[in-house]
Amino acid sequence: MADFDYMKIVYAALTIFLTINYGLILQGIIGKIYARVGKRMGIRIFQPYVNLIRQWATRTSISHGVMYYLGPVFRFSGGAGILIFLPIIYGAPIFSSFSFAGDLVLISYFMFLGTLGMALGGGESGHPYAALGVSRGLSQVTMAEIPMIMAVYSIAVQYHSLNITEIVAAQQGSFLNWTLFTNPIATAAAMLAFLGSMMRSPFDVVLAPQEIPIGPPTEYQSQFLAMLMTNRTIFPVAKTILFVNFFFGGVALYDNYLLTFLVFFLKTFLVYMWSVFVGLSFPRFRVDHSIRWFLKYPMLIGLISIIFVNIRY
Amino acid sequence: MAKMNYKKRFSDLEKRMVTSPDGEEFEVDPMKDYFSDARPKVHPPSKITPLENFMNWCRAESIYILGFGTGCGAIEMRPLMSPMYDAFRFGIHWRPTPRQSTVFVIGGYASVKTIKRIVRSYEQMQGPKWVIGLCSCTINGGMYWDSYNTVNRLDHYIPVDVYITGCMPRPEALLDGFTVLKKRIKEGRGEGSNEYAENFDWYKANQKKIIKSWDMPDYNW
Repeated sequence: MADFDYMKIVYAALTIFLTINYGLILQGIIGKIYARVGKRMGIRIFQPYVNLIRQWATRTSISHGVMYYLGPVFRFSGGAGILIFLPIIYGAPIFSSFSFAGDLVLISYFMFLGTLGMALGGGESGHPYAALGVSRGLSQVTMAEIPMIMAVYSIAVQYHSLNITEIVAAQQGSFLNWTLFTNPIATAAAMLAFLGSMMRSPFDVVLAPQEIPIGPPTEYQSQFLAMLMTNRTIFPVAKTILFVNFFFGGVALYDNYLLTFLVFFLKTFLVYMWSVFVGLSFPRFRVDHSIRWFLKYPMLIGLISIIFVNIRY
Repeated sequence: MAKMNYKKRFSDLEKRMVTSPDGEEFEVDPMKDYFSDARPKVHPPSKITPLENFMNWCRAESIYILGFGTGCGAIEMRPLMSPMYDAFRFGIHWRPTPRQSTVFVIGGYASVKTIKRIVRSYEQMQGPKWVIGLCSCTINGGMYWDSYNTVNRLDHYIPVDVYITGCMPRPEALLDGFTVLKKRIKEGRGEGSNEYAENFDWYKANQKKIIKSWDMPDYNW
């Protein structure tokens, strides 16, 4: 432990803090876009901030036991865990805190941790249908994970590495080095899986108002809900950064810091917008529909990408 | 009478001894496991005034309404979601569960059957919480003043912050009511949940006068 750089803890905290702010602003903008498409004025840009602070400002809260406490904590650590092991800006010491040799495998676990925490917490809430809601949500997320993991393995084979920093490093130089151009099949599979984990239409039936009263978050209130809301701002951003790193060349550190952040915002925003475009264009799938859909096209494309990568590399 | 009714209808909710698969015997009291009958406590506002003012501003600007339409006035809530009125731009949202909502809009007359559900939903909401009485029926019974199954004054049963008169009021009136409620909260006068806790016995006595089949704990949250 002697050579451990304690500043890394500060950097990680800073990363999480900045991501929460970015996520909240992004939520406001996306909410506005959704409203304008529906010919409404929509929420104010700062509304997500107010909602979050208001949840923390609730005076009473009810707990149902230990797992009920730990559910939101698991969920938050799932989102924060992805963030702090991710090279957010390649080459910058501040924003690639705990990157190490096998972080790709660890991050794949972190992506699932939150949902499992929710399952445990929801089960403890005493709600008779919580287990049903969780299993519906879990089965959809698991199915979205299959093509995602196939695509991730495919690029791990392609770059001969399980370290995300190395995968980003291999894509530097020209935009033609991005995985998008060197391995378009894996990118296609992963981008379809991306839709399933962003909790937007067509795959958002597990959070629909009819689903919530029988789903796990029914009982979550006050500060517990605030914790879940914090994770909901972090998680999509973390996921988007992950995808930018895997398929769109990551964000390299330029001499000009402003340019670096501009590239970061542009890339993450456009990748995020992919789920918004699809969400605004297509109606909802039922859970059984979405499971069948994920097992059909995205998984097939994922399989092809693995075969392709094994022949070529 | 009420006690007997309750026993007959919910025999599986009675206290009993249960043997676990390991042979261990323990007591199960479903009413205690699912509900808490502890009395509500007064949660005074923070002593730090600027902090409390800021929090009140946040509470006022982010209103979560319980999506529970109790009377004919509930129909006036729906246009607020549409592009014509668009309440979202004032920070007003709808939530499907009482646990996450802060504002309860009583949409019109509260019948004897509904007042029970209103009380249960209100008690499950987390404080600070506010109530808007929509339509004249919530003020004095309106056109149901001497009806056999309608409550006359809503604020004898739960504390009400804002009344909106009319039969029926237009959605604009409801939006205006939200503006008044926001002003009230920002001034620190929206302490309905504390009022309810302070005058708990009075509210309970009034509720029990109306609700004959009292098959629930006194305070169910």
